[in-house]
Amino acid sequence: MRTHEHHHHDHDHHHDHDHHSPPQPDDKVHSYYQILGTAVKELLIEKGVVTADEVRRMVERRDSITPANGAKVVARAWMDPEYRARLLKDANAAVKEFGIEMPTTHLVAVENTENLHNVVVCTLCSCYPRDLLGLPPSWYKSKAYRARVVSEPRAVLAEFGTQLADNVEVRVHDSTADMRYLVVPRRPGGTDGMSEDALAAIITRDTMIGVAVVEPMRN
Amino acid sequence: MPQRFQEGDFVRVRDDYPIGHIRTPVYIRGKAGVVVKDFGAFGNPETLAYCLPTEKRELYKVRFWQQMVWPAYKGGPRDTVDLDIYEHWLEKAE
Amino acid sequence: MRGPHDVGGLDFGPVENSTHDLTLWEKQIDAIRAVIGAKGIVSTHENRRTIEQLGHDVYDTLNYYERWTASLARQMIDKGILTQDEIDARVAQVRKRLADTGELELKEGA
Repeated sequence: MRTHEHHHHDHDHHHDHDHHSPPQPDDKVHSYYQILGTAVKELLIEKGVVTADEVRRMVERRDSITPANGAKVVARAWMDPEYRARLLKDANAAVKEFGIEMPTTHLVAVENTENLHNVVVCTLCSCYPRDLLGLPPSWYKSKAYRARVVSEPRAVLAEFGTQLADNVEVRVHDSTADMRYLVVPRRPGGTDGMSEDALAAIITRDTMIGVAVVEPMRN
Repeated sequence: MPQRFQEGDFVRVRDDYPIGHIRTPVYIRGKAGVVVKDFGAFGNPETLAYCLPTEKRELYKVRFWQQMVWPAYKGGPRDTVDLDIYEHWLEKAE
Repeated sequence: MRGPHDVGGLDFGPVENSTHDLTLWEKQIDAIRAVIGAKGIVSTHENRRTIEQLGHDVYDTLNYYERWTASLARQMIDKGILTQDEIDARVAQVRKRLADTGELELKEGA
């Protein structure tokens, strides 16, 4: 994100606006929607549509889901060929082995190889395996990423510092329907003696979206 | 009744522009690809989005070659983009 | 021929690879959506549709959770759960509180 003086965040509108009109940061408009959100929340609670407790518990539940869940799954797949096969065949069942329930999601695991690099996007909105990795990062939801990663994935990957050889197939997965994608990154060299937990610690969120590759630990 | 497809079938995405909640992005309309997976039947978002009674539609994973999608594509000839597309947006292609 | 959300293949400049921690306000909007979704009041499909229907200007001006807020308010009115008058009155109240205390949230026990 560009730096700016707003008190809030996730502002893809600065450059979005360049598209058809000059940038017009409008604090008045933004603060209206902040106030509106609080007003709607209070009204829904007063009317019993939702309870304050339900909202609080949902915030806590969301906060408890982090990319570390996905890292555990990937590390297990690296260590255990049978688990890897189960993950690629039925990812919902495979993550359930870790106690991760994804009741409303059809999870599909796609594996990077020497010749194939997968990267995930949702060009239409912000589909993401939230029940596994938590809420998506703001760049994933930005129009800049959604617009360009389908048409120039190599340039976008390079902006994330990821350079791929020309002979590697880059495969973009546009999450347009009910499937949510998890990239199983390649295990880096020099990690043979590492434990599953140590491997999980080097697997980042961005490598499971596919904009980065796993780097071995540097001592 | 929309057509059913098999894995390996060549398909073309309908080049239509209806107004509504459409989960087939504009950039892929009219493009040809190959069915790589049949995910089974799912509720049709085009009616679900309006709280209308819905029917199940077969959902396919379709693979497109980037150089066929973007004329000025910069990258290898093997690069692909996969989309999940409901049966009624697909037609058989040669 | 594109809706404001259908951006694949367009160009909005480089991807700015930074993240911010969500604010409590954003988390609460996210949570309200999830709770009313779980209760079957508004589906994900409806939510996407109402966001797409915000139109280009609103879609492009607002940030992510502001779009969710705008569509949430509209959904609640469309479903007869809230009225615009109720929302307007509460907005005025929250705005006054914000001006008086600098806080969007009502403090516990206040």
